[in-house]
Amino acid sequence: MTAAKRIKVVVAKPGLDGHDQGAKVVVRALMDAGFEVVYTGLRQTPEAIARISLDEDADVIALSSMAGAHLPFCRTLRPLLEREGLADKLWIIGGNLPTEDHAELLALGFRGIFPSSSRLEHIVNFIRENSP
Amino acid sequence: MKPKDLPEGELRPVFNESGIEIKPLYTTGDLAASGGEAMIGLPGQYPFTRGIHPLMYRKQPWTMRQYTGFGNAADTNERFQYLIANGQTGLNVAFDLPTQCGMDSDDPQAEGEVGRVGMAVDTLRDFEVAFEGVDLERITVSLTINGTAAILIAMYLAMAEKRGYDLRKLRGTAQNDILKEFIGRGTWIHPVAPSVRLVGDTIEYCTKVAPKYSPVSVCGYHIRESGADPAEEMAYAICIAKAYADDVIRRGLPVDEFAGRLSFNFNIFGNLFEQVAKFRAGRSLWAKVVKEQYGATNPGSMWMRMIAGGGGGGLTFEQPEINIVRGAYYALISALSGAQTMALCCFDEAYTIPSEYAQRVSLRTMQLLIEEIGLTDTVDPLGGAYYVETLTNQMRSRMEAIMAEVDAQGGIVNLVAEGAIQAKVSARAYKRQRDIDAGVFRKVGVNCYRTEDKTSEMEFHPYDEDDARAQVQALDCVRAERDGARVRAALAGVEEGARAGANVMPAIMQAVKAYASVGEITRALVAVFGRYIEPVRF
Repeated sequence: MTAAKRIKVVVAKPGLDGHDQGAKVVVRALMDAGFEVVYTGLRQTPEAIARISLDEDADVIALSSMAGAHLPFCRTLRPLLEREGLADKLWIIGGNLPTEDHAELLALGFRGIFPSSSRLEHIVNFIRENSP
Repeated sequence: MKPKDLPEGELRPVFNESGIEIKPLYTTGDLAASGGEAMIGLPGQYPFTRGIHPLMYRKQPWTMRQYTGFGNAADTNERFQYLIANGQTGLNVAFDLPTQCGMDSDDPQAEGEVGRVGMAVDTLRDFEVAFEGVDLERITVSLTINGTAAILIAMYLAMAEKRGYDLRKLRGTAQNDILKEFIGRGTWIHPVAPSVRLVGDTIEYCTKVAPKYSPVSVCGYHIRESGADPAEEMAYAICIAKAYADDVIRRGLPVDEFAGRLSFNFNIFGNLFEQVAKFRAGRSLWAKVVKEQYGATNPGSMWMRMIAGGGGGGLTFEQPEINIVRGAYYALISALSGAQTMALCCFDEAYTIPSEYAQRVSLRTMQLLIEEIGLTDTVDPLGGAYYVETLTNQMRSRMEAIMAEVDAQGGIVNLVAEGAIQAKVSARAYKRQRDIDAGVFRKVGVNCYRTEDKTSEMEFHPYDEDDARAQVQALDCVRAERDGARVRAALAGVEEGARAGANVMPAIMQAVKAYASVGEITRALVAVFGRYIEPVRF
């Protein structure tokens, strides 16, 4: 990445979960941090998230999941992201993510895991340090 | 500003979340300056600031109705029976996301979501199983359903009718507040205008067919969860209630025929006195709106009947056991505010679907107030306190100002369709989160009094994929057994009714009785109304 290019983050709401307060708060924090942010809105399928991430040439793909369906969703999403050549991008996820699910999320390729109560600056710093 | 930075003798200024400055002492002079005693009155009398009934809890304590539902109808029925056996007096049903979004359990988009956050419903058969053995006259049922409310209300009425209940006497509530779904919660389906029309259809239909049923519970609750302050929560809810009333009045229904069956759902977290003033102010404001703007003459039309509690936004992931204490304060606030029904979020709810144990703790919290703490002895015990009455007047003025602003900007329906309200409340949520992160907005256990102790053990609610598979099989069975021609004709009737601009409820009733599914009926409506496209605005 050249110094001139801003980090571009796609913030997505996977599945049917309608709790978007947290995702929108994170979007605002990322914008204030100087990142370019694309927010997908609610109810995105795995196919839609892969397509938007590709079309937008995202550096970071960030999911927000509050309603418990993160594991089945991420299991479906991973091969789609890989197929689109997005394996080298930074994948992160936040929301209601029980500790016992973190190992599988990491194994699926989500390098940043931000459960409820994470501080905004931690998310921003993690992206700054790890964005490709 | 920290107290130590202040010149000696000066107090740190205090503002409540709604932006009203709080003085260290209130006297009769403050009350006079805020508008005096004109809006206080007596309980059971206009403007109902002190309560909608003359004797309130002295005559009958609040209904206790914990939010419950998961897996399939049989699982949920089992938890219902548990709660009723433990003294719960109403049911508040949670549905899974496919049901809420108008998808059947075998829809590809329902993968991994069937029965996860609530009970899965595909057809009338699921309602028959879920409420088996529940006495629908003694236990009133609240359905937390919005996008597909017209369909699920029809299922509830059809189920009750089948069991021999007289629909003219049947009580119960559906949430059915779609405008707030666009602001927070997000289970919309159709664009804004036809969505409001569907709410109007349910109100009109229930007024005629099930006049004791409350077809709408207008929710400030989720608007507050999305970031609104308490005054905005109440003001936006009243704007939304007016939008539904306007739709029904345009159809020629007199206000006194339906307004008494509109109910409300509000949130409780944060400052005790601000919440109590919010409810007392909102109750009198709604009465004033219904009387003066709509010309209602029946006092019952002016009642703001409400469920108040929850408090999800106030509970913390950190030190979850102190959420039990927060819940107790929220229940106290609800009782001091004159709510008709109470529900509490459980201490483990920041983690998981509440365990039976956590549900029982919440239930006992409410029962304590009745049995030990004296909250049912006298009506509106804070009434007359200089602080509470002054704050009630000030909160009412602030709500009126917010409502006037909404009207000046084109009305709540347009502002929601444009995404303007959504942008406003999410900006507020962001500011609050920054203030929490900075330690300015204090949260115990989060930005002060933190502890690094290991969090107490949580009993996680298991998600059973076999349950989801069983649900799909059950749906296949219903599809195989039902009369296909009757289903097709009924679905055509739904589409035709929607296209003709008729009230679609009679057609939906026919479809439901033919065991048409939630997904099939939704698709018939989508064919006419289309789907909502979310405006993304920051």
